[in-house]
Amino acid sequence: MNPSDLSSWTIASARAALDARDVSATELARATLERIAQAEPRVHALLSVTADRALADATDADRRLGAGERGPLLGIPVVLKDIFATRGIATTCASRILAGFKPPYDSDAAERLARAGSVLVGKANLDEFAMGSSNENSAFGPTRNPWDLERVPGGSSGGSAAAVAAGECLASLGTDTGGSIRLPASYCGVSGLKPTYGRVSRFGVIAYASSLDQVGPLAWTVADLAAVLGVIAGHDPRDSTSVPRPVPDYLAALTGDIAGLRVGMPREYFAEGIAPDVERTTRAAIEVLAERGARIVEVDLPHTEFAIATYYLVATAEASSNLARYDGVRFGLRHATIGDSLVDMYRHTRDAGFGAEVKRRILLGTYALSAGYYDAYYLKAQRVRTLIRRDFEAAFARCDVIAAPTAPTTAFRLGEKISDPLAMYLSDVFTTSVNLAGLPGLSAPCGFDDAGLPIGLQLIAPAFGEETLLRAGDAYQRSTEWHRRRPTLDLVAAAGANIGKAGGAP
Amino acid sequence: MPVSLKDVDHIALLARLGLTNEERTSLRDDLEAILGYIGKLEQLDTTGVEATAHVIDLQTPLRDDVVRNPEDADALLGNAPDRDRSYLRVPKIIE
Repeated sequence: MNPSDLSSWTIASARAALDARDVSATELARATLERIAQAEPRVHALLSVTADRALADATDADRRLGAGERGPLLGIPVVLKDIFATRGIATTCASRILAGFKPPYDSDAAERLARAGSVLVGKANLDEFAMGSSNENSAFGPTRNPWDLERVPGGSSGGSAAAVAAGECLASLGTDTGGSIRLPASYCGVSGLKPTYGRVSRFGVIAYASSLDQVGPLAWTVADLAAVLGVIAGHDPRDSTSVPRPVPDYLAALTGDIAGLRVGMPREYFAEGIAPDVERTTRAAIEVLAERGARIVEVDLPHTEFAIATYYLVATAEASSNLARYDGVRFGLRHATIGDSLVDMYRHTRDAGFGAEVKRRILLGTYALSAGYYDAYYLKAQRVRTLIRRDFEAAFARCDVIAAPTAPTTAFRLGEKISDPLAMYLSDVFTTSVNLAGLPGLSAPCGFDDAGLPIGLQLIAPAFGEETLLRAGDAYQRSTEWHRRRPTLDLVAAAGANIGKAGGAP
Repeated sequence: MPVSLKDVDHIALLARLGLTNEERTSLRDDLEAILGYIGKLEQLDTTGVEATAHVIDLQTPLRDDVVRNPEDADALLGNAPDRDRSYLRVPKIIE
């Protein structure tokens, strides 16, 4: 098969081709690796390409397919954000402090994807320790937005989103602590899902803010998100916050029927500060839901304006604690000079190993937890978090799903906000509340602005409402074509141009 | 919310961060700006509102007290930057 075909493929179309034996998993893997070689010099979505592993996975998938086995991800090329521990494969979290770290175990999500027979082609770039909204905080250089290489892909799962958008995989996993799946999905014109807190195990996922972090998929279509979620969701005794609750058949929930579904429009998400193109396309998207039979109601989320402040206290406090483990003793970087005391060694290691944003957040979190400030900052934020949760409870008494923009603007330029942390934080103004309340949220492409940059529609459901969320998103995509648009990438002529041609591809 | 360089030094020590002079100043300015923004939370009366530490109703699950030794010690220790057999070497702690 030709790697350029990949840009139009989805999991669903690859699934049909693999099951009909029109293409083998090995052919698909080779084409994907070739596509990666062509697109990576432009996009830099990946921190490592796992070619040997991919071909081994593909051989195994072909064997299973040949034996008559079928499964939603069998033979599907996937990318993992480099925050997921992968046994024996470098896992950096885009930080110098994890230089050389090869985990001795797999994260639960990586394990489930492998068991399902997916093909791991690479590990995606991210903001260091998932702290950022642009991928510019990666210690290994930023990822570029496939729709406009001068723009950011969003963050922190920017590499995961750009990998899908550039045709380097058919699905990827990211993590979302304050919008880190939904924002890059929106900026890169793909679909992305942050499941309910506790739905997917965090075991083996490098921790940023443990009460907010959640694992989720990115892919072109909502139906593809449903396929991946069905594989990665489920109870894991190794994560004490993993919820023991059966996993529904998410693909079966995609009936296209949203007649009578009550869709809430939060007034606060259509307020000033939102770009006119974003407002126009989001309103048009909600109109599409109405045309399919949904009932539109106005709702209020009055504490929305306090979400960013709350998030940056809760998240940084948890981060300051979680990142204490990077001490130069058990793994990763050590930076010390002769005569250093233990504390000197810690400080030199952490100074050399962490980037500016990570230091900023560790300091802010340490400050918020420190003696004399705990009540005014951390405890205050936890109380406001309760108010934000109550906002959603009240709203969901009146609607089944909330629809809003994912972000107030489209992708900004590289360098535009890097020197102004607060301006960067405000990119997440419509996404952080969802994490603070632990709810599932989805972003789906719903149009483009004047500059040709993608815009995302955000849908939010009550806890464990993924079936409703995916049904609504899929229904939207049955009526629209935005998720079929592809960026025009100026690919690099591949050196190994024959790599995908072997084996009589269609 | 004014933040002094002394504050920054104190927090940096608590967080075991070593900062250059340049970093001290720029981080002080950043902290001041961010805390200024965060100050908007003071507008809200949260008297009597319980704190949310976690969003899900789960008790701490307990597993059976079974001995497991699944990891390969060499693989676990293999990531250590300074190691002597099965020991991790660190700077002298006690003078």
